[in-house]
Amino acid sequence: MKNKNKIKVGKRVYLDHAAATPMDPRVFEAMEPFWVKNFGNAGGLYEEGRIAKEAVQKSREAIARLIFAKPEEIIFTSGGTEADNLAIFGTANFFKKGHIITSKFEHHAVLNPCLELEKRGFDVTYLEVGSEGIVNPEDFKKALRADTVLVSIMYANNEIGTIQPIAEIGKIIQNYRLQSANSRLIFHTDACQAAAYLDMNVNELGVDLMTVNGGKIYGPKGAGFLYKKSGVKITPMIFGGGQEMRMRSGTESAPLIVGMAKAFEIAALEREKESARLCELRDYFISELFQKITKIVLNGHDKKRLPNNVNVSILDIEGEALILFMDAHGVSFSTGSACTSESLDPSHVILALGKPYEFAHSSMRFTLGRSTNKEDLDYVLSELPKTVAWLRRVSPLELDPNAASMSHPEAFAGENLRVKAKSKSYK
Amino acid sequence: MNENKAPEVINQFTGEKWYYSDTVKEHFFHPRNLLWERPKNQNEFDAEGMVGSPACGDMMQMWMKVDRNTERVIDLKWKTFGCASAIAATSIYSVILTENGGMTLDDALKVKPQDVMKRLGGLPNRKIHCSVLADKAFQKTANDYFRKTGQNHRIVVEGARVVDPTLNITDKDIEEAVLEGAQTLDEVQKKLKVGIGASEEVKTDIESLVRFYSDKYYG
Repeated sequence: MKNKNKIKVGKRVYLDHAAATPMDPRVFEAMEPFWVKNFGNAGGLYEEGRIAKEAVQKSREAIARLIFAKPEEIIFTSGGTEADNLAIFGTANFFKKGHIITSKFEHHAVLNPCLELEKRGFDVTYLEVGSEGIVNPEDFKKALRADTVLVSIMYANNEIGTIQPIAEIGKIIQNYRLQSANSRLIFHTDACQAAAYLDMNVNELGVDLMTVNGGKIYGPKGAGFLYKKSGVKITPMIFGGGQEMRMRSGTESAPLIVGMAKAFEIAALEREKESARLCELRDYFISELFQKITKIVLNGHDKKRLPNNVNVSILDIEGEALILFMDAHGVSFSTGSACTSESLDPSHVILALGKPYEFAHSSMRFTLGRSTNKEDLDYVLSELPKTVAWLRRVSPLELDPNAASMSHPEAFAGENLRVKAKSKSYK
Repeated sequence: MNENKAPEVINQFTGEKWYYSDTVKEHFFHPRNLLWERPKNQNEFDAEGMVGSPACGDMMQMWMKVDRNTERVIDLKWKTFGCASAIAATSIYSVILTENGGMTLDDALKVKPQDVMKRLGGLPNRKIHCSVLADKAFQKTANDYFRKTGQNHRIVVEGARVVDPTLNITDKDIEEAVLEGAQTLDEVQKKLKVGIGASEEVKTDIESLVRFYSDKYYG
């Protein structure tokens, strides 16, 4: 029997803004003179150098002002991953040993450095994030130790958008420093996903280090920065000419830095209005999805999440298949399914919520952005239920939406995998 | 195995990175022999089998009709939970077995994952997993048929050999790990989430299994 999957071509609806954002034309315009015309090395004493140096300095000042920091506290990097690595290895290399606290569902740019440090002798605590995907400050307080050297908790999760109590954790750390002998511990937050939507005042947050990425806020890819509070000592990762206050050597990329700053300025300016607009669209999209599609589960707290993030598990189907189908219908989004990851491991974020593996394979992330409007979402809402229905006809599964453990453990039996489910062990 | 081989995403037949062939797309968007409605009574099909699990991200169920005189596969229906390549691989597998009047069971059981991949125009390395599943599902289906027709001597159960007795790790576990992209002892350990290979003897055994399965599927 032939199925009736007519493929439409035409307008595209892009809903993966947590992965990449289109560059704002104003950013593009600001960067433009620094590729060909103003190409100088900011280290040069002559005019070409001075032009580049001034542009870099102005960018540093603009960002510093917006996060209530000093210009010399901004270290430009090649992006979020480098800034995270600098924060974590920089701290670890400075202290040489000790205890690190992070969460189970950090971005891999934080998790993998922590795993590497465990191999090098550091002790790492991975905090639970609960079923709603939010770190409990009480758990955090209990995890603090006299030898804790680093705390790294993300501001907002990249997959499910849940917002972490950074300011509250900052206060706990502040008190801890006063009350204990351990006054040196460093607090880092990865704010890559939060930067466009949440308060970025580093004093309010109480952080010592903060990562921001240009490519996620309508700026250039390959640009980011690490905020490092004055007096906080970390060891550089990249040695060379001593640029960026000796914390990150390498000729400053004036165009990328100018673009990064411009994007950050625009984000700060539009933050409030855009957040309110997206919250409304997000809640509309979630409620319509739940009306139009059965057996669907929201991942992460329904309100304490980024204004642009919708993450749902659509049971009985697998993420990659749905993505390829919807791609053919002009819709882009992403999944936590193992099939799309390099490692073939399902999303560690969905698993951290205590959901079974099959919920991770069927998790779908829709992240809205500046260009997203209600018509876009209505188009997705008209196409998605049909595609889900089709893939469910293809699938042999009938999962329980309230499941807390693995379904079909018996399917493993005879496959020689050890499976524990519902307090039974299958073999 | 070539040490310098790039990560799993290279399609070994076309050299393309992370890309599905037109045949894969055709069978994904328009799968053949899909079972639309579950059988209402047990006698509608002669045999059925299921492999995988939703937790692994792949699950396949097959239903078969066999001509009892010629032992040809007359009909092979399926349902698959999984990615595009898993759906496409089951679809083309069902075509290979049923086209031109259908294969005999003996011939059908000789169809290898590599045959499925060739017909699909290749799959990225890390997707080879999916084509392996189709042939395992069919082995189970055939076993079901043999059981129901009293031919128990023809049943083939994939025997597993314990290679690490302390942790009860079998050669099948190693095969799974290799199919998921592990290429070294260290990577196998990561996949299995345990520190295997307590003794040198066990380690050597595991390393030779890793080589064997790497050659089998990627060589």
